[in-house]
Amino acid sequence: MPKNPNIKKVVVIGSGPIVIGQAAEFDYAGTQACRSLKEEGICVVLINSNPATIMTDKDIADKVYIEPLTPDVVRAVIEKEKPDSVLPTLGGQAALNIAMELEETGFLQKHNVRLIGTSAKTIKKAEDRLEFKKTMEKINEPCAPSEVVTNIKDGLAFVQKIGYPVVLRPAYTLGGSGGGIANNEDEFVEILMNGLRLSRVGQVLVERCIAGWKEIEYEVMRDANGTCITVCNMENMDPVGVHTGDSIVVAPSQTLADKEHQMLRSAALNIISELDIRGGCNVQFALHPSTFEYCVIEVNPRVSRSSALASKATGYPIAKVAAKIALGYNLDEIKNAITKKTYASFEPALDYVVVKIPRLPFDKFIKASRKLTTQMKATGEVMSICTNFEGALMKALRSLEQHVDSLIYENLSQQEDEVIKKELYRVDDRRIFVIAEAIRREVPLSVIHDITKIDLWFLDKLANIVKEEQILREAKELTKEILFEAKRLEFPDSVIGGLTGKSEQEIKELRYGYGIHAVYKMVDTCAAEFEASTPYYYSCYDGESEVEPDNSKKKIMVLGSGPIRIGQGIEFDYCSVHSTWALKAHGYETIIVNNNPETVSTDFDIADKLYFEPLTAEDVESIVNLEKPDGAVVQFGGQTAIKLTEALLKMGVPILGTSAENVDAAEDRELFDEILEKCCIPRPAGKTVFSREEALEAANELGYPVLVRPSYVLGGQGMQIAISDKDIIEFMDVINRHVQEHPILVDKYLMGKEIEVDAVCDGEDIIIPGIMEHVERAGIHSGDSISVYPAQSLSKKIKRVIEDYTKKLAMNLHVIGLINIQFIVYNEEVYVIEVNPRSSRTVPYISKVTGIPIVDLASRVIIGEKLKDMGYTPGLQPESEYYAIKMPVFSFEKLRGAEISLGPEMKSTGECLGISKDYNEALYKAFLGAGVQLPKHKKMILTVKDSDKLEAVEIGRRFAALGYEIYATRSTCRVLNENGVPAKKINKVEEPSQNLLDLILTHEIDLIIDTPSQGVERSKDGFIIRRHAIETGVYCLTSLDTAHALLTSLESADRHNLSLVDISEI
Amino acid sequence: MKAFLILEDGHVFEGKSVGSAKEIISEIVFNTSMTGYLEVLTDPSYAGQSVCMTYPLIGNYGICFEDMEADRPWNMGFIVREIAKTPSNFRSVESIGKFLTDNDITGIERIDTRALTKILREKGTMRGMITTNENYDLEECLSRIRAWQMGHVVLDVTSKEKTVYPGDGYKVAVIDLGVKKHIVKSLQERGCQVTVYPAETDAEEILADEPDGIMLTNGPGDPKDNVKTIAEIRKLFATDIPIFAICLGHQLLALASGADTVKMKYGHRGANHPVRDLKTGKCYISTQNHGYVVKEDTVDRDIAEVSFVNVNDGTVEGLHYLGKNVQTVQFHPEACAGPLDTDYLFDQFMNMMEVSK
Repeated sequence: MPKNPNIKKVVVIGSGPIVIGQAAEFDYAGTQACRSLKEEGICVVLINSNPATIMTDKDIADKVYIEPLTPDVVRAVIEKEKPDSVLPTLGGQAALNIAMELEETGFLQKHNVRLIGTSAKTIKKAEDRLEFKKTMEKINEPCAPSEVVTNIKDGLAFVQKIGYPVVLRPAYTLGGSGGGIANNEDEFVEILMNGLRLSRVGQVLVERCIAGWKEIEYEVMRDANGTCITVCNMENMDPVGVHTGDSIVVAPSQTLADKEHQMLRSAALNIISELDIRGGCNVQFALHPSTFEYCVIEVNPRVSRSSALASKATGYPIAKVAAKIALGYNLDEIKNAITKKTYASFEPALDYVVVKIPRLPFDKFIKASRKLTTQMKATGEVMSICTNFEGALMKALRSLEQHVDSLIYENLSQQEDEVIKKELYRVDDRRIFVIAEAIRREVPLSVIHDITKIDLWFLDKLANIVKEEQILREAKELTKEILFEAKRLEFPDSVIGGLTGKSEQEIKELRYGYGIHAVYKMVDTCAAEFEASTPYYYSCYDGESEVEPDNSKKKIMVLGSGPIRIGQGIEFDYCSVHSTWALKAHGYETIIVNNNPETVSTDFDIADKLYFEPLTAEDVESIVNLEKPDGAVVQFGGQTAIKLTEALLKMGVPILGTSAENVDAAEDRELFDEILEKCCIPRPAGKTVFSREEALEAANELGYPVLVRPSYVLGGQGMQIAISDKDIIEFMDVINRHVQEHPILVDKYLMGKEIEVDAVCDGEDIIIPGIMEHVERAGIHSGDSISVYPAQSLSKKIKRVIEDYTKKLAMNLHVIGLINIQFIVYNEEVYVIEVNPRSSRTVPYISKVTGIPIVDLASRVIIGEKLKDMGYTPGLQPESEYYAIKMPVFSFEKLRGAEISLGPEMKSTGECLGISKDYNEALYKAFLGAGVQLPKHKKMILTVKDSDKLEAVEIGRRFAALGYEIYATRSTCRVLNENGVPAKKINKVEEPSQNLLDLILTHEIDLIIDTPSQGVERSKDGFIIRRHAIETGVYCLTSLDTAHALLTSLESADRHNLSLVDISEI
Repeated sequence: MKAFLILEDGHVFEGKSVGSAKEIISEIVFNTSMTGYLEVLTDPSYAGQSVCMTYPLIGNYGICFEDMEADRPWNMGFIVREIAKTPSNFRSVESIGKFLTDNDITGIERIDTRALTKILREKGTMRGMITTNENYDLEECLSRIRAWQMGHVVLDVTSKEKTVYPGDGYKVAVIDLGVKKHIVKSLQERGCQVTVYPAETDAEEILADEPDGIMLTNGPGDPKDNVKTIAEIRKLFATDIPIFAICLGHQLLALASGADTVKMKYGHRGANHPVRDLKTGKCYISTQNHGYVVKEDTVDRDIAEVSFVNVNDGTVEGLHYLGKNVQTVQFHPEACAGPLDTDYLFDQFMNMMEVSK
């Protein structure tokens, strides 16, 4: 059927802030779908609370509401915009849940709005555990024996019948939140209680444990005419038991014969036909490793992380096609955008192997449990493509940027055999390295298989890599054949060098001498059966290159930002994409290099050419040798791209924009001090050190507290506040676990107001779109602070000083492009604490709320245009009439054992925006967008460190005025009472019942304010309290500044009639 | 051991020998299925051909004998990027390398199969040689390659005598042009009593057995080589017995009814080909393996109408014969390897036999 002419205006619901389990893949899918709708002439109304996304750009949608994603807000938008349709399947679980609520309450029907794409009935059938089970039974598709329970008693009764171990899965949650495997009654009760609370409908599925079975996924599409296709199937290397988001995944499946594959493919099509899916759908199966028995694990009737992966793995744009189907088209009416000859109603054929590896956040949360379970923990992922599995795996490993470029991991080789064998039982992110080490120790693959249940095919491939290491180690002479095989398996030159006792440079020269070079193949959806012109490439070593460099235009290479991780999120993809668009619009050929399958930048129609490759110097050099770009842009790709600057210069590629020396000057303490001195700009006193001893000396000279951090890092990695020698010793040991190429900085810590500025500079003029002020005082990482634009508490004079300093710093660092500066205002004095001559986390946010497209401006400046010619008056731009508040969002509940108290090291995974002409309302919206919906029970716990006690009185008083019942620990309670604030004393954790924990577990607490003392000497109590708060879903604050902001938002906002701001009109 | 693939246009690929080292000349085609290499190897329709698998890792799940489509492999040569040394699957009996050696099938691995595929796509199906002779004389090889002709290969693959597979349902006469086991199996699963006849069996002999339905199977080579079989099919077609035909069988029936066939540039070989049912508009993903196709403009509209077309190139994928209980398809509803989406056509064949009873 052709397009439905009645669809003219469509509301698209986004997925909100990035949290574990719901990341950039929805920006990719949403952006692609919105563009697909717009090319059909549809008016697109977008709602998403996440300002760092590309989908919330005014050139992607016609109306853009960066508002909290709650049913109330979506209702209000629908009432205002009067759309005819809502497309709910692009914004992940969050969007689906909201759409379901609007449908079930009859709101959509009342307003004559239809859900397009998959219907509410379908969503319910797929998402509601009970309905799903019934549906599967009806069509004879097996599920593991299971029962949906709504209370502990029923749960225990059922588990008596089927026996342990069992898997628990709460209904309607993200990334399997609150799920897990229970081996005994204690574990069962604990997980079930938690799951019942987290589930939107209070349902938890308890099922037979199929851990150890093969986990296989199918991405399927279906249209209204009933035509079904599978885009791709994928096999998890980690068997059932590890969430697919935390598994190493390969596409297509490798160990399934055609019989098993067709059995599951038919089952997947059978399921989507019965569910009446109209669009894309993900079906997950568990397949018994030695029979044809299988179970359906889960069905997601929407785009997902897996569909993003499948799109990138095959070249088939699932979201785009799903959007067209939602408009009424059939699959055989939609052209295949890659071949432009065939149609969307075919199944992609791959002639390569794809490997995905998750990016886990344990480098940030050193104390969190690394165990991988059915609860997802990864913040992002990398994908790689090669003609063989070993090569794809090796490329993916180095794409992770975790200091490991092969299967040789840190100090595993020094461990005893017994330790390695024991470690094989541990299911965590290091398992693959442990397996490799076990293979080196000649542990039989069958033994490893028995322990890990990983298919022998994968183990054999790991053994091949280990064998190659051995060949290299023992090679008397690196012959052409040996070197070629190592490169075919994608051993980087540096690793080959390490194994053969040569330098990376020697290996490279040897390789070039033999004529061994990477070649590039095309991803074309059809295994070369049809001619395709899509410039989507990957490298391998065995074969001939298909790329024909086009030298008719000047070429610019844009280096992407790799996997999403804490500290380097989606905002850098926003910058990379916008920069690419700007450069393209100005006549350049653009080349993107990136390895993240979840992002917009790796969509095949963003740049003129896409190289899906690791972002290491060697991989980039191979592309440079072929393409010979006229320049490279590194300032938009976060630290990943910046790190490549030196290597690019060595390859002879000019760095466009701010020069490498000036990037260095901002990071090199001595050079930077010279510049500050020249400009008469003060900064907190500080020193550079390498060793623990030097650090101690520096700290004592400056006087505690001091801030300790490595240079050249992002997101405050390894940054800590030290209050004693003991802290310094601990921090320095952690930092020096990896050899530091650059010195470590020790600075006096000033607890002032933190200010942040992004600016564009062309070498003569600067544009500062606005000044942002942090709610939390210095000491909390800027990415974890609530950021307010325009700055609230600064005098005109201070603002002028900031403008002046920004200009001076940009000029003296010879910035061409973007610069981000962080200041501290302390006793009415402005200090500079950090300068980054590159794009920052706040760029998308400030661009959107000021309407100044700073990445576009910066890109044009980089290619030689002047700000004056772009129609802007240089300097600090007039303040907007809107207050825009960026609120950090955390994923602590996904990371068991992670410390949640905030400090100089970043911990948030995402952000949302609150925007309004009224400051208090903006603040309220920001909290609401972050999921803080208060009050509920009007009970709270207050427990603060001694230095905060007096300030806590004011906070207590204001909460009491709002009608809150306050519980406080002994000394906090005394101070409150003495100052006339009613508070009830509650026992500390180690004291007898009824104590703090009992209170938290009663689930009647709205909020806990717990300020931990700084440094290593943090109380264990506090940690336990905070973890319990997170795990029971109680909102927990660790900064009184945040508490003040929350109070302000609660005191004065009209929570029922929120104003709506269409960003496209700013 | 080194091995070389020499194409008739002079392209040479150097790789490693797997399986037999016997020198062969054959037609070179490519197949895009990502699974089902054993089914491809043993499909009699590939007789006279060497198949290049576009998926790079072949042999991952080993050899599961029960998945064979004939008692022996029919590919002349097998061309892959990487052969799995250590297969893994619960049903696997042996590695593909051993299977090729045991069955004396010449193989070559470690070549750029994508580059080869692109040559075949651009220049069309070619003849070629696989040899392990490092000192080959290119000109001499090329002249032998260019002189090679496939010949009437159906006669090589068809059964030598009539075979009856018992069943209590409809009696189906299967004309074996190179039948895949799964065609027989699909009929048996529906209870049919299946009798398989050699390709050139006289129509009278078949009719004498009083079949309820006739099945014309897949098979190799140029359909026009089958002069005698076409003549016999014409006689079968003249009766009122329902006929269901697949692939070569579909082409022969078209020739028998006056339409023409033509060789395609590089054919359809894979498990991802979309066909559209012109009655419902619904598309199905099908397995295909054909180098010839029925020319649409030669189909007499008074005799037959096109029932299925290929969504990608619009070629004829099925014919429905007017006023007859006769349905033919170019693709493979028996799958193996490939999707089971069009398996329902066998049910329709059952209905056709029911109706005509």
